[in-house]
Amino acid sequence: MTDVEALHDVTVTVNGVRRTAAVPARRLLSDFLRHDLRLTGTHVGCEHGVCGACTVLVDGAPMRSCLMFAVSAQQHEITTVEGLGSAPDARVTPTGESLSPVQQAFAECHGLQCGFCTPGFLTTITAYLQENPTPTSEQAREAISGNLCRCTGYQNIVKSVLRAAEITAERRAEAEGDGETA
Amino acid sequence: MKPAPFVHHAPRTVGEAAAVLAQVGHDGKVLAGGQSLVPILNMRLASPAHLVDINGVEGLDGIDVSDEAVRVGALARHAALARSEDAYAALPLLRQATLNVAHPAIRNRGTTVGSIAHADPAGEMPAVLALCDGVVEAVSARGRREIGWQDFFAGPLETTLQADELAVAVRFGRFPTGTRTAFRESARRHGDYALAGVGVMVTVADGVVTAARASFVSVTDVPSVLDLGPVLAGTEASSESWGAAVDSAAAAVRDHVQPESDIHATSDYRRMLVGELTRRVLVESVTAAEGDRR
Ligand SMILES: Cc1cc2nc3c(=O)[nH]c(=O)nc-3n(C[C@H](O)[C@H](O)[C@H](O)COP(=O)(O)OP(=O)(O)OC[C@H]3O[C@@H](n4cnc5c(N)ncnc54)[C@H](O)[C@@H]3O)c2cc1C
Ligand code: FES
Ligand code: FES
Repeated sequence: MTDVEALHDVTVTVNGVRRTAAVPARRLLSDFLRHDLRLTGTHVGCEHGVCGACTVLVDGAPMRSCLMFAVSAQQHEITTVEGLGSAPDARVTPTGESLSPVQQAFAECHGLQCGFCTPGFLTTITAYLQENPTPTSEQAREAISGNLCRCTGYQNIVKSVLRAAEITAERRAEAEGDGETA
Repeated sequence: MKPAPFVHHAPRTVGEAAAVLAQVGHDGKVLAGGQSLVPILNMRLASPAHLVDINGVEGLDGIDVSDEAVRVGALARHAALARSEDAYAALPLLRQATLNVAHPAIRNRGTTVGSIAHADPAGEMPAVLALCDGVVEAVSARGRREIGWQDFFAGPLETTLQADELAVAVRFGRFPTGTRTAFRESARRHGDYALAGVGVMVTVADGVVTAARASFVSVTDVPSVLDLGPVLAGTEASSESWGAAVDSAAAAVRDHVQPESDIHATSDYRRMLVGELTRRVLVESVTAAEGDRR
């Protein structure tokens, strides 16, 4: 192509903040997040939908950001791994980071090693637990079957799913308890 | 890799989409869920000059049940079809099969109609459309037409849909009362493309089989329905002769399919597998209530 590619103004709400950038039509949502919005928490492994590292929540539902164009995400709400720590049930740890139940569970259960796959697991599991808050260990395995991890051997990720369900329930009970006494 | 440059069109109505498709012709491609097309673009196996993104077109995401059929619009995602209680009540096979399509994150974006338009021999929904004697509804600037499944699938990844046509919906035909269905496939990991898969419908009246058909995934080039009536009809589903009839059905299926060998499995293995899966779905379909097993 000799002519300069046309640019599109794309506006999306990412982690609760409206963001706009001018990008060519072929800009993948994954690259839009990483390059244009400088949100490098979303990782890119395979760029054909298989590894799951790039999974983000689009209007709350997990989707592959490498298989969507930014122009198609126009006006939608995106949650990336960077947004998980500001969920209502996130808590600040003694070391000062704010962790959602799923992030807390990964830390406790050693659900990650190199961390490359982790953003995709965290977003996938966050959405899954909203649909099924009390998974069995078999269901937990099934829930992560679309994400690849080269390090952990998955056992600790399965444990993390189950632990995340517990933490979510604990924090909900706590919040409800607070509500009653307040 | 990244896709080559293209011009992005975002029509808001079916009429606008048809007009753009008429204009761009063979240089254009419809973009639905993108779960098959975007990998192809990313790998530069194709580089269409125009993409007609239908995600903003009004009124294409319906799932409507009538007495004859379940009509699924071009923007109904796999996940919506799997969740639909109305569709499940009318045609349990749709949920039974859709839950085998890829992983949840892919099902949240990919469309049922897109997967039929893609016509992958390893896709579940083309096989289901065939088993349900389904129809594709196509619209172009030239008008509207309906294409029966037999005339729709032309070869692996090839259909008779013209470059200027948009598939606006597909209709899965409902089965007669007393029909049970089941679907099973075998993949290395649940959610991966199947090494082999099979769906069956079995109609039973007063305990006796009156009709039965099967359709296959990953073992035929194009969707193909095998009438199992000759080996199963007249058999009492709970009788001793049922076991032998099921064996004959599995043998008929092994004769019918034409699996290919690839890095995942040999042709012989797939043939053996689809025979065994046939045995299981037949038993399941007559034992489980309404074949109500995934
Ligand atoms: C990791 C992974 C695993 C997968 N596993 C499976 C699996 O196990 N089984 C399975 O069946 N599928 C699987 N898929 C594919 C998935 O089901 C796709 O959703 C589906 O094949 C295509 O639907 P789509 O809406 O994404 O179509 P797109 O990718 O947008 O389009 C696919 C093709 O169909 C054409 N098309 C789409 N919609 C229309 C329309 N309305 N009118 C005319 N042409 C149209 C496009 O131009 C393109 O050529 C997988 C995908 C991935 C990435
Ligand atoms: S980078 Fe998107 S699925 Fe691998
Ligand atoms: S922790 Fe390294 S790939 Fe999963």
